[in-house]
Amino acid sequence: MLKDITIGQHYPTGSVIHGLDPRTKIIGTFAFMAGLFLIKSFWAYIVVVVLLGSVILISRIPLKYVLKGLRPLMVLILVTFLINLFMTRGEIIFGVGPLNMTREGLRQGVFMAMRLIFLIVGTSLLTLTTSPITLTDGIEHLLNPFRKIGVPAHELAMMMTIALRFIPTLLEETDKIMKAQIARGADFESGNIMNRAKSLVPLLVPLFISSFRRADDLAMAMEARCYRGGENRTRLKALQWRKNDGLAFVVISGYFGLMILLRLTV
Amino acid sequence: MSIKIEKLNHIYNPGSPFQTNALENIDLEVKTGEFIGLIGHTGSGKSTLVQHLNGLLKPTSGKIWIQGEEITKPGIKMKQIRKKVGLVFQYPEHQLFEETVYSDIAFGPSNLGLSDNEIASRVKEAMNLVKLPYDELKDRSPFDLSGGQRRRVAIAGVLAMKPEILILDEPTASLDPRGRDEILEQIQRFHQEFGLTIILVSHSMEDIGRLVNRIVVMDGGKIALTGIPGEVFSRSEELVNMGLGVPQITTLMKRLNGEGYQLPEDLFTVRDAKKTILEWLRGNNHA
Repeated sequence: MLKDITIGQHYPTGSVIHGLDPRTKIIGTFAFMAGLFLIKSFWAYIVVVVLLGSVILISRIPLKYVLKGLRPLMVLILVTFLINLFMTRGEIIFGVGPLNMTREGLRQGVFMAMRLIFLIVGTSLLTLTTSPITLTDGIEHLLNPFRKIGVPAHELAMMMTIALRFIPTLLEETDKIMKAQIARGADFESGNIMNRAKSLVPLLVPLFISSFRRADDLAMAMEARCYRGGENRTRLKALQWRKNDGLAFVVISGYFGLMILLRLTV
Repeated sequence: MSIKIEKLNHIYNPGSPFQTNALENIDLEVKTGEFIGLIGHTGSGKSTLVQHLNGLLKPTSGKIWIQGEEITKPGIKMKQIRKKVGLVFQYPEHQLFEETVYSDIAFGPSNLGLSDNEIASRVKEAMNLVKLPYDELKDRSPFDLSGGQRRRVAIAGVLAMKPEILILDEPTASLDPRGRDEILEQIQRFHQEFGLTIILVSHSMEDIGRLVNRIVVMDGGKIALTGIPGEVFSRSEELVNMGLGVPQITTLMKRLNGEGYQLPEDLFTVRDAKKTILEWLRGNNHA
């Protein structure tokens, strides 16, 4: 069950997309997201599907794997859909008690659900094609200009690196403790909500303790190696712009331009 | 027999680039009351194998029987199996969560739905078994104890469920020599006095050699060697190729024999070696 979480997971295939500069991919993802929020008509979603589809195709990540990332968020998508479906005023097509399903609600619900799905797929593509280290490297570079106004770019990036680095470790640890408690007869899967919440205590307490222990150990290890922030720190792999990054920018600008155009015309 | 494994396969992350065959065609039988040592290099599949024995992992293919009951069948009541097969994980002290030692050890038995009286007597008994003073420690927080004590609390937590088969995954990892000896001695007692079937996972040859009836060596997800300790250690070249060593004493005896002495090689402790060498010397002086 925990293995299904693909958010933040890297899926190396060595494709062109993987080889792009992380800054290109971050800016690209933001442009993609901004474009999504400009959409008013269903027609524009065709452009989104074509763009996402070709990126997935080029990245050589199996579509099934990309879509797996949606599974844990299915509830959120469903709730969004239902709220929109029933809470929008308009022409009633179906009514159950106080709840009224409207034509406008149906349209709005499908629209919102699609927007959410594309948002999740788009952002998970960023992490699937970029290793956490390069990703935070990119973020640090992009934030550097804001250092002058007091944005602690390096510290933020380091915090993110550490957080991302520990996701798999924590998942592994959760899995292990869960198994250990199941071996002692714990039951995480049945009972009502209260019982289930209570059954999480044997899982959460050890997890908290081990997280604090890990944080402590890591801080000690970093200090022992004279870590003192980003100043004067050099890198083994410096980021570099390549021809493909230029190409990617052309594509992304094209997409963004089209989105604005569609917003203004359709 | 008490455990029977037939053609067991386990594949992690099938269909992704991280796909790994953790277990390949494992066949193994363990008799009731047997003490098995499971050795293998990191990543050889030992931990994966033992997690199948109480249903924490489902095999990709293959069958397992525990006391004649097939546990890999769909629809089997896992709780019953877990009551019979106690599994102590690596670093079991990381699973402690309760406010007192007593309630942590009681967690397993109370999940079995036992009466309060029964739970109390089991906790007391389990603490006795791992040599933790009941009156002194029962109301203490497990987090105030030393590393070795915490580990024993965790082991007691599994023992309190009164399993018939006890599996311990590296129970001595990162303990000091004294803590290690204490734990091993207690495990030996569970076997000798209570007739538990025990599977001890370890990569320490010294520990395993002198305790177990039979050694199972795993390498790359397969069973590479199996036999009584003396037999297994006599194949030291193969063991070294698998990234495993043989007990230092066995190496010593082999080296001595290489110099032309004729000494038995199936020894694992300094005491046995001393005895044998002294006997040999005396025998030679007489001659």
